[in-house]
Amino acid sequence: MEGQSKLASFETAVLPHLDAAYNLARWLTRNDADAQDVVQEAYLRAFRFFGGFHGEDGRAWLLGIVRNTSYTWMQQNRSAQLNTPLDDELHEVKSDDLNPEALLLQKADAQMLRQAVEDLPLEFREVLVLRELNEMSYKQIAVVADLPLGTVMSRLARARKRLQQILVRHTQTEVLT
Amino acid sequence: MSCQTAQELIHAYVDGELDLARSLEVEQHMQECQACAIAYRNETALRSAFKDGSLYHSAPAGLEKRVRSSLRREAKSEVGRRSFAWRWLPIGAALGLVLLMAFVIWRAAPGLRPSGDELLAHEIVSNHVRSLQLESHRTDVISSDQHTVKPWFDGKLDFAPPVKDYSSQGFPLTGGRLEYLNNRAVAALIYQRQKHYINLYIWPAEQRNATSELATKRQGYNLLHWTNSGMTYWAISDLNGVELHEFARLVQEAQ
Repeated sequence: MEGQSKLASFETAVLPHLDAAYNLARWLTRNDADAQDVVQEAYLRAFRFFGGFHGEDGRAWLLGIVRNTSYTWMQQNRSAQLNTPLDDELHEVKSDDLNPEALLLQKADAQMLRQAVEDLPLEFREVLVLRELNEMSYKQIAVVADLPLGTVMSRLARARKRLQQILVRHTQTEVLT
Repeated sequence: MSCQTAQELIHAYVDGELDLARSLEVEQHMQECQACAIAYRNETALRSAFKDGSLYHSAPAGLEKRVRSSLRREAKSEVGRRSFAWRWLPIGAALGLVLLMAFVIWRAAPGLRPSGDELLAHEIVSNHVRSLQLESHRTDVISSDQHTVKPWFDGKLDFAPPVKDYSSQGFPLTGGRLEYLNNRAVAALIYQRQKHYINLYIWPAEQRNATSELATKRQGYNLLHWTNSGMTYWAISDLNGVELHEFARLVQEAQ
């Protein structure tokens, strides 16, 4: 592919997903400046690998690269974030704890929800953001996060339970104070 | 359906990822189970909280411009790299072809190798010419008797050259001489064919396997070179090629 026409078809196929890319990078890095750096780097990588892209799901393809770039970036700059491995046992939430909280949850405002999502472990945050904000199907999430389909489903379920738990704690604190 | 299964499936149900049969099962279960119905309400409340849009981070102004310009730079350097490669490709290919042809010729025609043999042939011609300039120079031991010439080399060389007279075939032995060729002391035997002199140089071969005759012509002289029974032979004369070859055959058959 000649340079200019490669650039043109790349821009047509991949540039429309800039918002999706930034949203994911922003939630993974939890920082605007970092997210912008990650997105720029991810687009450069995507451009170099564009020869291997054959017009499948451009958004999932790009977000996979954004995710990997974010991880690399965090490894190099914020290693502490990645050093908390996801312990499924530790994060297991008993459903009994949640039953009476439906009402409290509805009171949770956007600011509280934002904080709760940011507090989630990276692996939970990632699938939840891809599902709820980037509105991807389980299949697409499996591609982006490089996970088996079954793991996407169970991790998403755990992420939501965990999120509710955090929210309940926050709303209770707010009610008490 | 158990509560635990239902709790797992509720998420997929809310996400619209369940097939119809499974969806119906989950709905059925929620009608019967209060806890799972609350869990479902929690899920939908959570989902709608996400839906108000304030959590979605749109790309800030300026990011698109930044990405576009870095892509443009990358595209330009990619093209630069490629055209640089293209510019050098024909030269590289031509050079490769020349090297390949040189190699093929070198492999196919050992006679053309600008090797040690080339230099040696030159050395032999010089030696031959010099030996003819002065009669006293031509032979150190004058004898047509092989039993006189052969022992003469004893103690002068670290090998015993085969010496044989071919008078009956028209190539009488006239003597022997000590020479220095190819960085070593070698035996030179002088034969005669009518008025023509033949110098036959002999020394131990570097490799054991025999090589067949190789003919070359230098400054009007015919040269024949072969290896046989662990000895290297060079025959040189102003004699015509056919008769020199006949002589070489005699020498080879004698061993």
